[in-house]
Amino acid sequence: MTDTRQMSAGAEAAHIAIAITGLDKWYGAYHALKNIHMEVRRGERIVICGPSGSGKSTLIRCVNRLEEHQRGHIVVNGTELTANLKNIDAIRRDVGMVFQHFNLFPHLTVLENCALPLILARRRPRREAEAMAWHYLERVRIPDQATKYPGQLSGGQQQRVAIARSLCMAPRIMLFDEPTSALDPEMVKEVLDTMVGLAEEGMTMIVVTHEMGFARRVAVRVIFMDRGEVIESADPETFFSAPEHERTREFLTQILH
Amino acid sequence: MSIATLSERPELSAASAPPPAARRTLRQIFFADLFSSVLTVATGALLIATVPAAIDWAVLDAVWPGGDARLCQEQGACWAFIADKLRFILFGVYPPEEQWRPLLVIGLVLGGVLMTLSPRLWGTKLILGWGVLIAAMLTLMWGGVFGMSVVSTNRWGGLPVTLLLAVLSLGLGFPFAVVLALGRRSTSIVPRILSVLTIEVVRGLPLVGLLFVASILLPLLLPAGWSIDKLGRTLAALTIFAAAYLAEVVRGGLQGVSGGQEEAARALGIPRWKMVWHIILPQAIQKVIPPLTNTAIVMVKNTSLVLIVGVFDMLSAGRAAAADPAWPAPYAETYLFVATMYFIICFGISRYSLWLEQRVREKDYR
Repeated sequence: MTDTRQMSAGAEAAHIAIAITGLDKWYGAYHALKNIHMEVRRGERIVICGPSGSGKSTLIRCVNRLEEHQRGHIVVNGTELTANLKNIDAIRRDVGMVFQHFNLFPHLTVLENCALPLILARRRPRREAEAMAWHYLERVRIPDQATKYPGQLSGGQQQRVAIARSLCMAPRIMLFDEPTSALDPEMVKEVLDTMVGLAEEGMTMIVVTHEMGFARRVAVRVIFMDRGEVIESADPETFFSAPEHERTREFLTQILH
Repeated sequence: MSIATLSERPELSAASAPPPAARRTLRQIFFADLFSSVLTVATGALLIATVPAAIDWAVLDAVWPGGDARLCQEQGACWAFIADKLRFILFGVYPPEEQWRPLLVIGLVLGGVLMTLSPRLWGTKLILGWGVLIAAMLTLMWGGVFGMSVVSTNRWGGLPVTLLLAVLSLGLGFPFAVVLALGRRSTSIVPRILSVLTIEVVRGLPLVGLLFVASILLPLLLPAGWSIDKLGRTLAALTIFAAAYLAEVVRGGLQGVSGGQEEAARALGIPRWKMVWHIILPQAIQKVIPPLTNTAIVMVKNTSLVLIVGVFDMLSAGRAAAADPAWPAPYAETYLFVATMYFIICFGISRYSLWLEQRVREKDYR
């Protein structure tokens, strides 16, 4: 939590994947993130929940600079995120992201969706990129759809392709921005199963989701955010059975029925 | 439940096939209600009033190719004239003994267009291919190498000029249009202002005015000793005109591409210009195939306006041919012939765009 920690380059820093200190973000006059402190260790899985507009998506979008923060520090794998394009590139290289609405490229086949970013961002030869794409499409158990276009797939399949596309870039950290919120109920499981698989392999993950079952099963820590602030941060056991804050309890009763 | 079967359309078995649609009688088709009855009667009356006269003129009383110019004094159409002047309408005053060159150019244009039809072949190689093709066409027309005599542009004319102007103004205008459209959406002020200014000024001027500016003003503005050939100046005016219109079409397409596409590309670390070229533009262009076609068709026909600055396109060649005193002013026949040529080209473009749209739809875009 202290400023000294993110600066220390010793053995402690080596296993810290993301260090966020004193982070503030405004949209115009609207204060979207208020003095956020957060640390993610390598291999840690963090679930962030909270009501809509609480800033949880904004927070993880700051981590790969889809949003710019105005105050505070974000250090990813030892690189501080600033306006420096080299740093941004280096961090995006390490950080994969999965979106609520998949954001697959509709004019490309599933295989091309996975291979093209490798060719464009990493200058890999096509043959190698496609081999990588096949590998990860098999990982998410969807290789038989490789020649189809995203529009011809179900939502769950599309989200698995999006995960495969991210994994192709060999990220060390994965950000999930409400990955199952746009899915029909019967497709949520196939996507969560894929994510559980990733977690079991030790991927560092920050997941914004309301899937509390997933949080219980996978999260090392659950964070509750409200109105731009981190209200509560605890291991799932404590978080669900004995939340400290009134607002967390209210939220949990609302979504757990 | 298996997820895999969700996306597959189950084949209709014979038992669940819909019953055959009932066939409609002629009466149901033409006299279904008062409105269609009125339309049917009105259309019928119009046809009866015009078709017999048109057939008399175009077929029964016509003088067919091989006929004598003196026979053309009568009521009928003078097709003999078209046959006699075909070479002139198609190639203008290009030296007749070198006629194979413009003919080959027409062939090259058709070949290039056929080559471009399938989106599967779209890419950098095709663009290079067109570059080579256009260089070859201009070399063929101009000559001066490989033992071909030099034919300066003031002797170029007819269909090759129309095709060259259309293909070049659209082909050169399109990259400009993309740059203008991207500039107009840019977050930096200078490119945005320059783009807006260019687009609005050019769209605010009539093409005829632009052609005059290019053919009269441009030579005065250039430093002494410089000169651009008249055809080149005309082409410049057509190109910038096409670019301004295409830019707005492309901009519309860019607006239709969701912000999530750019976010995904940025999150994947794809460099900005590669993202624009590989991710954003292809989607933007697929979204605006109908208005792009529309602009292409308009531009093909706009090339006929170059006759006012003295460039000899197919329409000018037709007019000049019809002025031959040896024939009794067969303007109607000439215009009909030229109109048919334009129609074939434009209808072709239109059908092609329908086919393209169909292909895009098959990918099931949303």
